[in-house]
Amino acid sequence: MNERVVTLNLNGRRARVRVEARTLLSDALRHELDCKGVHVGCEQGACGACTVIWDGQAVRSCLALCPQAEGATIETIESIATAGGNLHPVQRAMREHHGLQCGFCTPGIVMSLVAAYRSGATADQAKHDVLGGHLCRCTGYANIRSAIDAAWTERDHG
Amino acid sequence: MKPPPFAYEDPDALEGALTILAEHGDDTVVIAGGQSLVPLLNLRLARPERVLDPRRIESLHDWHLDSNGLRVGAMVRAAALEASPRVASEMPGLHRALVQIGHPQIRARTTIGGSLCHADPAAELPAVLLALDGRVTLASVAGIREVAARDFFTGAFTTARRSDELLISAMFPTFPGRVTTVEVCRRSGDFAMAGAVVALQQSQAARIALFGVADRPERVADAESALVAGASAADVAAIVRGAVSPRSDVHGSATYRRHLAGVVVARALAELGA
Repeated sequence: MNERVVTLNLNGRRARVRVEARTLLSDALRHELDCKGVHVGCEQGACGACTVIWDGQAVRSCLALCPQAEGATIETIESIATAGGNLHPVQRAMREHHGLQCGFCTPGIVMSLVAAYRSGATADQAKHDVLGGHLCRCTGYANIRSAIDAAWTERDHG
Repeated sequence: MKPPPFAYEDPDALEGALTILAEHGDDTVVIAGGQSLVPLLNLRLARPERVLDPRRIESLHDWHLDSNGLRVGAMVRAAALEASPRVASEMPGLHRALVQIGHPQIRARTTIGGSLCHADPAAELPAVLLALDGRVTLASVAGIREVAARDFFTGAFTTARRSDELLISAMFPTFPGRVTTVEVCRRSGDFAMAGAVVALQQSQAARIALFGVADRPERVADAESALVAGASAADVAAIVRGAVSPRSDVHGSATYRRHLAGVVVARALAELGA
């Protein structure tokens, strides 16, 4: 019972992976499924770098065992820009407003913001509740908040 | 770090889960949302032989709200209740507690049953259950029993659930008055240094349950009766400060936590218009 075959709908494709049951979703995505944009920071749910979208909701992939995700629809940062390279409005705003420095925390933050952007959350909710679930040690929060304002203005008045 | 090796079982029927717990309960941990357990596994503070994942048991995902209260299956996510306008309007004290659990990214996975069974002394939901005189339903191969909140939380991270039992649902009764939940933490999303669930039906009934200031959520009966008798918020807060004996830790000293216990109760009473 220690090994499992887990099937995901990953970034729009069916993915099957054989893992030890103890494998974290973050590690299965990085090491078995080549989603290196899933960054692993603290592995205790504090930093948010490993955030992915699971059935439409932003979650920390280091706080799930891969077998718990059987049958789930998982989106990682690799799927957020279109195949042609068109950035999502959140990504565009992060770039235009210099919402990152070293970039380690950025994929997780973008995934949380994309989920919030789609869900109809307000810019205030995104800036406080959603961004509150992420640590950025370059202290780039001011610019990330500017990026949220810009992306949300485009969403609501675009 | 990574979790230690374990056997993993995810039966699709309650009977299967209860059989596993009957045979291996002492060496098994139940994973619900995993938002507390997986960090413990990653840090290897928990090294179970077996992990039981009940997510495929459909009945554990049901919830029902009526005039008696909220009957909620163990695997219902905090985010699901948080998103319900009916929960917000009919169970406002519970809703206020839900939105203060961790971050949205945590609440998307947090389950009601997991939080109650983990029984973190600083967690919101155990205190809400205690304030509302709620109860949990525990199932084993021997049958089903209900345990009142006041008997369920027996210490830090410790409950009356036997190792052969699975918490299948909880009942959060309605209260014929107003209820709110107030907490103070250093950063948004942190566990509370002190928190209070306060329920008030003017001059008829009052409940005050504190969290984060003892090894388990606790009611303050003297403060409740003073409140019913018409004591001022300041006097009620003073009674609360006198009734608690919190411990010092890295998050705050005992003196500061005692002070905060009064603060959160006073703030809650102000919110309730008392």
